[in-house]
Amino acid sequence: MYYFLSSRFFFGPSNFYWYFSLSFFAASEKEYWCLTALRLWRLTGADWLVPQGVKEPRNPFQKAHLSTTFITWHWCRVQICTVGTSDQHYSVFNSAIASGQPFPSVCNHIYTSDKTTTSFTINPSATQVESQRLHLESGQQKNIVAISIGNTDNWGESNMADASPRTDISTDAETDEKYQGFDSGKSIVVAPSDSSDRSKSNLDQKTLRRLAQNREAARKSRLRKKAYVQQLESSRLKLTQLEQELQRARQQGIFISSSGDQSHSMGGNGAMTFDVEYSRWLEEHNRQINELRTAVNSHAGDAELRIIVDGVMAHYDEIFRLKSNIAKADVFHLLSGMWKTPAERCFLWLGGFRSSELLKLLVNQLEPLTEQQLLGIGNLQQSSQQAEDALSQGMEALQQSLAETLSTGSLGSSGSSGTGNVANYMGQMAMAMGKLGTLEGFICQADNLRQQTLQQMHRILTTRQSARALLAIHDYFSRLRALSSLWLARPRE
Amino acid sequence: MDRVRDLASKKAAVIFTKSSCCMCYSIKTLFYELGASPAIHELDQDPYGREMERALRGLGCDPSVPAVFIGGRFVGSSKDVISLHVDGSLK
Repeated sequence: MYYFLSSRFFFGPSNFYWYFSLSFFAASEKEYWCLTALRLWRLTGADWLVPQGVKEPRNPFQKAHLSTTFITWHWCRVQICTVGTSDQHYSVFNSAIASGQPFPSVCNHIYTSDKTTTSFTINPSATQVESQRLHLESGQQKNIVAISIGNTDNWGESNMADASPRTDISTDAETDEKYQGFDSGKSIVVAPSDSSDRSKSNLDQKTLRRLAQNREAARKSRLRKKAYVQQLESSRLKLTQLEQELQRARQQGIFISSSGDQSHSMGGNGAMTFDVEYSRWLEEHNRQINELRTAVNSHAGDAELRIIVDGVMAHYDEIFRLKSNIAKADVFHLLSGMWKTPAERCFLWLGGFRSSELLKLLVNQLEPLTEQQLLGIGNLQQSSQQAEDALSQGMEALQQSLAETLSTGSLGSSGSSGTGNVANYMGQMAMAMGKLGTLEGFICQADNLRQQTLQQMHRILTTRQSARALLAIHDYFSRLRALSSLWLARPRE
Repeated sequence: MDRVRDLASKKAAVIFTKSSCCMCYSIKTLFYELGASPAIHELDQDPYGREMERALRGLGCDPSVPAVFIGGRFVGSSKDVISLHVDGSLK
């Protein structure tokens, strides 16, 4: 960026030359270059020509003192631009001059010695720019650079006649004010701007740059924040999706994996798996029962009924198989009955229903029964009752034994050593562990009893009776489950 | 094995048990409920208990006790007993 102070335009000794005095500071970042007053000379192409009779100008980029005493120093902005043709710029000037209007704020190019043009903007102040009629060399328009005109008080044609030496005045760069004095505020050649403007524009430039940087930084941080927020949102969405998937997978995926690998089911996992498997079993069971009900209500033939009934029976075998599997892994889950609804749990016996109770329920609904059937069912009822009692008593014995195992030696026998107590403790635990292990056997036998009872019942009854029996069993349990739901949903005070 | 057979043939109903086994207790109870009075041989009290247990396992009894013999014939473990009982064929 170049700033030049002013330039004066004046006539040369002959009409073939335009003289101008251009002094400006070339403000780089660190240095100020100043140009000596350049004599205007006829410009051809990009070269400064040394006019006749005029001293060769100094290298414009040398640090040198300023010249011209009678120039009002004004700061203007000069911009370096690339080499361009001179014609168009000259024409701008020419037209501006000719019309007598102030110079437009366009870049003017002046050629420098190194063939780069130095352009400068001109912001003529209306008050200070006077256009002067210039005598344009008609044939030399193209070669002439016209610069804004100042008043000619200090110089006029008469002055100019021998003005070259006179105008070639060197002044000190520092003494701006002095120059002001010489040129008593006469209008200036180029667009004026005060020295304050110079600092202002200097400041402006830095400030503008800083402001731009700040804006840029703020914009970037806003974008970053936006991106981060978007990332958070998408992560949250993904998290909820994963949670849903996990739940779904728990219900389905684990089932799939466990059905192929049941021996590996761990305790907690096994319980959950079993619950899922049980609910699935129940769904299928309900579906089959509905099918059976439809068949019964529509008075389907025996053959058809048999198929459906056999299917239901086989499905019962399935749940007993599942239960035996979970009994190996987590017998206490079965015993707890948490896989059943609360009302069902009320009647829980050794991890399931009581066969004898079931038969008691059925007897009334299975009328008419033949004598044989009645007998058979009666016997079955009794047998199941007896087996249940036996198993119950065995369980009681187990509990008692376990209690005894854990309670003996708790106070420690007098005189026994510490290690003896520890050994006792370990022995106790070992025995208790062994006893707990037999629980699985009891559950298995209880399920066995249930399964055998059902099958025996099926054997005793006809197909149609079996169908009705199965329907009755299902209805009873579904009512229990409905009762559980009502109970759980009851309003509490 | 011989001892097992020997003991099993001594009475109509013979049950080999262990004193600590509660399932054996259940089966015993069942038999008593039925009015039977089976001969109870506790393997942990018998000097030849271990061999007898091995022999019972060899018969396919799992767990080895309770092992039930009816009429000298090996019936099975608790599972078989219950099944038969429900069938009504235990008597």
